[in-house]
Amino acid sequence: MKAKHFLLSASAVLTIALFSCRSNSGSPDTKAGAMAEATGEPEVAQVTGAPNVPAPIGNRGAKKLIVNLETTETEGIIADSIPYTFWTFNNTVPGSFIRVREGDEITLNLKNAANSVLPHNIDLHAVNGPGGGAEATSSAPGKTTSFTFKALNPGLYVYHCAAPPVPMHIGNGMYGLILVEPAGGLPKVDKEYYIMQGEFYTKMSGVKKGLLEFDNDKAIHENPDYVLFNGKKGSLLGKNQIEAKVGETVRLFVGNGGPNLTSSFHVIGEIFDNVYLEGGSTVSHNIQTTMIPSGGAAIVEFKVDVPGEYVLVDHSLSRAFNKGAIGKLKVRGEENHAIFKKGK
Amino acid sequence: MFSTFRIYILIAAVALFACHKTAEDANNDGTTEQHTTTPLQNSHPTVNMVYIPGGEYKPFYGSDTALVQVPPFLIDERAVTNEEFLAFVKANPQWQRSRVKQVYADSNYLKLWPGDTTLPNNADPEAPVCDISWFAAKAYAKSVGKRLPTLDEWEFVAMADEKVANARKKPEYSNRIVDLYLQKDRQFKAVKKTAPNYWGVYNMFDLIWEWTDDFNSVMATEDSRVGEYDDKGLFCAGSATSATDVLNYAAFMRFALRGSLKANYTVANLGFRCAKDSNALAANKK
Repeated sequence: MKAKHFLLSASAVLTIALFSCRSNSGSPDTKAGAMAEATGEPEVAQVTGAPNVPAPIGNRGAKKLIVNLETTETEGIIADSIPYTFWTFNNTVPGSFIRVREGDEITLNLKNAANSVLPHNIDLHAVNGPGGGAEATSSAPGKTTSFTFKALNPGLYVYHCAAPPVPMHIGNGMYGLILVEPAGGLPKVDKEYYIMQGEFYTKMSGVKKGLLEFDNDKAIHENPDYVLFNGKKGSLLGKNQIEAKVGETVRLFVGNGGPNLTSSFHVIGEIFDNVYLEGGSTVSHNIQTTMIPSGGAAIVEFKVDVPGEYVLVDHSLSRAFNKGAIGKLKVRGEENHAIFKKGK
Repeated sequence: MFSTFRIYILIAAVALFACHKTAEDANNDGTTEQHTTTPLQNSHPTVNMVYIPGGEYKPFYGSDTALVQVPPFLIDERAVTNEEFLAFVKANPQWQRSRVKQVYADSNYLKLWPGDTTLPNNADPEAPVCDISWFAAKAYAKSVGKRLPTLDEWEFVAMADEKVANARKKPEYSNRIVDLYLQKDRQFKAVKKTAPNYWGVYNMFDLIWEWTDDFNSVMATEDSRVGEYDDKGLFCAGSATSATDVLNYAAFMRFALRGSLKANYTVANLGFRCAKDSNALAANKK
């Protein structure tokens, strides 16, 4: 009797323990990353400009990271040697790619360049807290602000400037991606690239000849002159194309800064084996075109089977054909006629 | 008609009034300028003031229907210049670069000046002074018997283009200002080189951002050092819900800038001009 009792209660405890384990890892409401204690001295995170991404987090535990970003207002080339006044994070469009682990404690220092005309800030969609940090990082020209957040939810997130007028700050290029890897990291792949779409509404500057600037009216009508990957026409073409070898698995971190358009992201001649839908935890398979909302992201993975040029487009095709939303992935290696064979 | 709105008063009159006002302030207003145990000395700048009759005006932030009555006031026709500020710090050494207290001006205060009483080599003496804090601007204004314009006063004057007192409804009004705002290093140019607006006021947009007395409208001026402010939903799309004219991108930019400031901040393209109650004018007319 006594023994039976014991067994019963033991199994009850076990069941409860099992159940609570499952609910920890399975429920989307549970922020497993929050459990991890960030340890050690803070380290400065390595960040990269597109199309490169920092090294995977691998097996490491949660730690304290410092991310330094600088907001700038700078002339750059938007297309065919036409200058445009971009506003940036770290002088690139999109801004630097930030790669962290869930549970990491991240101190974000935002410096607004001394020669900026305007205030800037940062709203990271990976943050749980007011404005995603926007309020805490409102930085006058020449000022540095800072806030610290715990990365609770794994996923691929957009960050952007949220200083009013926000459509203008984003429309000038102030966006980027932050990846929060789950504990243990994403599965290993052969190639990883960073691509971010954004559209540009332009007009001739009333002050400086030949310079293009943001056009408020076109933005309001959502009628851009350029829809671009990585802030420049041809940023993924010619010598800038991305590359892989036959048999390799390619992972693309694709974001959409907007400010307005939704992207129909597609790679001509490939099928996405895996898509982390909207950059979250649900993985879908065998996807031809994935929708990436403005202010959203997706992780797409595919194995390249045969050599050739694979064209990356927004499959809202006038944008690809006429407005610049086009890039190339060059795949080198052996033909595989069992998979693809050209007729005579 | 036009000239009735544009009444300039002479510096002599200003100076007279200033003496009177400073004496008054010494008794009544010890709170904001505790740092000046030394009384402020008037450096006697010569700048025309423009009479603004005031009137009803719709603030950029607020409820759609609420009009604010702006009483008549006087405003400097241009920003305070480098040479005027130099004269001010000579007369008031406590506001010199090496002497100013950090709580009243951050470490970038007058950062381009090679010394306490020397303008930068390449600086135009007639360019607006920048890299000065709100406290410094307040002290300057007080020293010359004036004050900083309120946000409502400043924005009231800013409604004008060259032709009309309120150009807000013109589609090109905001766009033109935004065009100006996008240009860098404008602060190094001399004042009064471009056309004045309807009131006869110069350089509201083309050179610098300007401090206002209540630069962060929620902030009580006495507590401004704390730097607490209510963002009024300024961030992301929140800013659009409380604005009365969501097409006025120029105004969004100004309010964003003001919202990013603390009273001891000094910024490379932020200066000021002075204002004054218009009863001063009535007094001087007698």
